[in-house]
Amino acid sequence: MKTFFRHFAEIAVMLAAVFAFTTLILEISGASAMEAYYHIFRGSLGSWVRLGHVIKAWIPMTLCSCGLLCTFRIGLWNIGVEGQMMMGAVFTTYLLRLGAGSNMPVLFLIFAFIAGAAGGGLWAWIAGLLKTKGGVNEIFAGLGMNFVAQGIVLWLIFGLWKRPGIASMSGTELFPPELWLSHLTAVRFSPAALLLALLAVVLTALMLRYTHIGLNLRAIGSNPRAAYLLGLKPGRYILLAMLFAGGLAGIAGTIQVSDVYHRLLPAISSNYGYLSLLVVMLSDYNIRVIPAVAFFFACLNVGSIQLPMMLQLDSSLSGVIQGVLVLATLAVQAWKSEVRN
Amino acid sequence: MTNEIDISILLAGVIAGAAPIVLASLGETVTEKAGLINLSLDGSILLSAMAAFAVALETGSLIAGFFSGAVIGATVAATVAFFSIYLRQSQVAVGFVLTLMTRDLAYFLGNSYSRVPGPQVSPLPIPLLKDIPFFGTVFFSHNLTVYTSLLLIAFCWWYIYRTRAGLELRAVGEHPEAAYSRGISPKKIQMLYAACGGCLVGLAGASFSLCTKPGWGRPQGAEGTGWIALAIVIFGGWHPVKAAAGAYLFSFLQVLGIYLQGIFPSVPAQVFQVAPFPLMIFTLLLMYLAQKESVRMWAENKVWMKAVLKFFSGTAPGALGRAYRQD
Repeated sequence: MKTFFRHFAEIAVMLAAVFAFTTLILEISGASAMEAYYHIFRGSLGSWVRLGHVIKAWIPMTLCSCGLLCTFRIGLWNIGVEGQMMMGAVFTTYLLRLGAGSNMPVLFLIFAFIAGAAGGGLWAWIAGLLKTKGGVNEIFAGLGMNFVAQGIVLWLIFGLWKRPGIASMSGTELFPPELWLSHLTAVRFSPAALLLALLAVVLTALMLRYTHIGLNLRAIGSNPRAAYLLGLKPGRYILLAMLFAGGLAGIAGTIQVSDVYHRLLPAISSNYGYLSLLVVMLSDYNIRVIPAVAFFFACLNVGSIQLPMMLQLDSSLSGVIQGVLVLATLAVQAWKSEVRN
Repeated sequence: MTNEIDISILLAGVIAGAAPIVLASLGETVTEKAGLINLSLDGSILLSAMAAFAVALETGSLIAGFFSGAVIGATVAATVAFFSIYLRQSQVAVGFVLTLMTRDLAYFLGNSYSRVPGPQVSPLPIPLLKDIPFFGTVFFSHNLTVYTSLLLIAFCWWYIYRTRAGLELRAVGEHPEAAYSRGISPKKIQMLYAACGGCLVGLAGASFSLCTKPGWGRPQGAEGTGWIALAIVIFGGWHPVKAAAGAYLFSFLQVLGIYLQGIFPSVPAQVFQVAPFPLMIFTLLLMYLAQKESVRMWAENKVWMKAVLKFFSGTAPGALGRAYRQD
């Protein structure tokens, strides 16, 4: 009970700090803080349609976060998740373009998911190989590959896959509706995608907790040398964790293409890969907390879209809140370990 | 179509366009030489660009603008350093969070300064020197920001490799424990050079919004520069002069990209922006390979290969990214 209260107090202190900082920022920009919070709240949870948008943002973030948990467990900073998502989207677009006009759209959609996972997995696997065989730090490899992926996306949109007539930043041509994931009409999100994300959470939790793979990932992550002496092969597990993370990120990319935008866009990843890194850090690497944090982040992202329309503020306020939250968490963790020592 | 005059103007454009990237790369080189990775570069450049523009517009003073840019850059870098050194949190994590947060903060606070005309640095050709054929146009027909970036390359090199303070800086980056036993305080040195490097990064941001791409907006045009600078620091093997050369190479590629776009109209200009990143990965790969005995044996009697490996044999500061623990 005592630990519960201490935990509760920590969260309360942290939230108060973040709240104070955000309010200060809002006051500086000359806006009414209460009004801004109200619009974010209404814009995200105010109606079923808005909730549907929140869930649409929640799905890719949760998928990416599950994968990232595995790479964090083995001690890798898989910053390349953003590019892995983009490559998933690219591979998916390739398959859906093939499927346009065919009489078996469902088959092509299923293959599109497999292709998405393969695209993300491939990108992660290259970064993993660079790490294990080439001695290239995964952060720099991942960052570099993100920009290469962004270049590929732009090149495809403006070159190979450009719209008939004029190529533009608005992306490739829309897919025919039979290649869209079917929606529940009331809330406008795809139950299949939601199911997939929930499945990813459960499977990741089970894998990390109850299988040898999960145990070995943790062993290597906490002490690679000892794990190697025990006969584990860190290189192989690094590749495995990267493949898993990349695959899930790729599927997130598939969903962005087939369910959210129905085409390939320059900003197809919507920054969700990078945000997922924040989600996992804020969740303290705990799979049970990840869905909740991802939901909160999704609410902020969707709700803040209202700010430019209602209050002439920039929608990037959500990013400020998210960043300050993570910084506050890191500071609280530091303070905690200081107290413990 | 191209003639002599065009080439000198093209090179002048390369030097002017590279100025902010040179400043940011030098700043990050200084910080990383002390063993600290400041991953917040991209966001902190944007935030300092916004602050510099806003302050210069409100006060009407360009100096105040540059000063506030430098202060912002130093503050963000010092935050990374403080979290790493005193709170024992991962540098990478804090730097990454800050890069996202400061970028969004810049967009949010700068909203009302969007697309507003403001002050900008005026050109200042150096009398006499500017009349030297060719070199005059390339080096002496710029503004103060560009001259500063050129001078700072030499200054950073001199400071890091030729002064006692620079020796201490490198010692802390290579082996903080050994430096400590010689009476140097790694924590203080790291905090100091994080802030100094951050200052230069802030100046890079300020020179974007007050000089290279005047004004503020979303997007400003400086997006991605921080990541490019990070890549260039590695490409330059943590050496200020090589890093600056990398910045000029990148700027040259960008200018070339404009010409190339005429030849390949289907390839958007953004694709050419990607070039530094495969180069960065390639450099890291070669650095790793150059240290391997088997690779060195293989390259032994291949003159060309040996030269390549020698060029890429620069190594990262020994304690880069590893926070110093004083236990």
